[in-house]
Amino acid sequence: MPPETDAQSTVDDKPVHGKIFMPFSVVVTIAMNGLKIRFWRSIVTASGIFLSIAFFSYVVTNLMLAPHLTSDERHRQTFLAIISVLVAGVGITNSMLMSVTERFREIGTMKCLGAPDSFVVKLFFVEAAFMGLTSSAAGFILGLLGSLLLLAISSPGTDFSLPKIGLVLLWSLMVGVFITFGAAYFPAQQAAKMPAASALRTDV
Amino acid sequence: MANTEYIVRTKDVRKEFKMGQETMKALNGVSVDVKRGEYISIMGPSGSGKSTLFNAIGGLDKPDSGSVFINDVDMAQLDANELAFLRCHTIGYIFQTFNLITVMTALENVRLPTIFAGMSAEEGEKRAMSLLDLVGLGHRYNHKPSELSGGQQQRVAIARSLANKPSIILADEPTANLDSRTGTEIIDLLRRLNKDQGVTVISATHDYKMLDVSDRIIWIRDGVVEKIELRSDLKIQVGGMQVPAGSH
Repeated sequence: MPPETDAQSTVDDKPVHGKIFMPFSVVVTIAMNGLKIRFWRSIVTASGIFLSIAFFSYVVTNLMLAPHLTSDERHRQTFLAIISVLVAGVGITNSMLMSVTERFREIGTMKCLGAPDSFVVKLFFVEAAFMGLTSSAAGFILGLLGSLLLLAISSPGTDFSLPKIGLVLLWSLMVGVFITFGAAYFPAQQAAKMPAASALRTDV
Repeated sequence: MANTEYIVRTKDVRKEFKMGQETMKALNGVSVDVKRGEYISIMGPSGSGKSTLFNAIGGLDKPDSGSVFINDVDMAQLDANELAFLRCHTIGYIFQTFNLITVMTALENVRLPTIFAGMSAEEGEKRAMSLLDLVGLGHRYNHKPSELSGGQQQRVAIARSLANKPSIILADEPTANLDSRTGTEIIDLLRRLNKDQGVTVISATHDYKMLDVSDRIIWIRDGVVEKIELRSDLKIQVGGMQVPAGSH
């Protein structure tokens, strides 16, 4: 009684060999949906990036626009900028690491359902890129406004040069996206390469 | 390829786990053949290696040596993406802990495998909806797993496993987290799918309720096949088997 000849059968005898192909737009859709359904979790992660970059952009704006900085003050400000990058690095790495590792089980399940490794990597990269970009942009605005406000009060007549502000924007985005991406890279690779069975066993 | 009699074959599969200083042989040379359309139970106490065998058959974990053939294709020969294709199209998985994606609704969960298969959103949703109807949960499609009972979650998981019309359903202790009555419902559902749709069911379990519906039972102990029984052989001893079932 070969059951696969049954007319009602839903069992398809497709070839075992084949490749999974997923268009990039599908990955983007799933990633955006993933951020949306984990809204508050995403907000917490994004806040980490947002605040870090706000601090960074505040310091850098100050450094670039403040008139009559003594070389001593300039050194102090530069030091502060470097520290802010480090703080951002640690903060963002921590939140990205958490947001990937807490989903190991979900990744294992997805792999059982046919998600290729490359999909898992792309998924986290798209999420990281989106969060890095939007949070950094928002953080840049907060930092910039704070710095401009303070400069306008403390040293009237400051030259608010647009090209310099543009440069701060560029730096903020670059630092934000680079760190977010870097922080997502290793856990995403690890999650993708892990055999599905061990990903399922993980309890976080 | 589609006409091979055996859909799953394992040859001398071995797998070791290192636990501190000691090496535990989870599988110590297991060879089993599963025919197309069979309902197989892999029985054994915890730690016997049945979950390891399940993972090896499902391509979830690589054995240290030996081969696993699905439809006469050696799984060791497949690269990561081909393995993903196999998991997507040929095998449906059901787990003890259901493993639904908690942030997604029942419908989204069932639809997920169709996305990996490249089905359009509309088509996938239709397919998912008809599968939810099949397992009797069409009316709860918009509920998240946390809003469903254990039995209902497992039925969603069964619907999900069928999404891409697999030839094989692999179930790892599908009733272990369910009460006895719900467990029976799940077993009946699996049996019905096996009979009506011809899907091969391989289930690792230590639930004696499973014995009644299985075509064959593979007993595993200490990483080796202890015995393989046909259901017809089993009938005679069923009275004896019922005792541990009650105390379970």
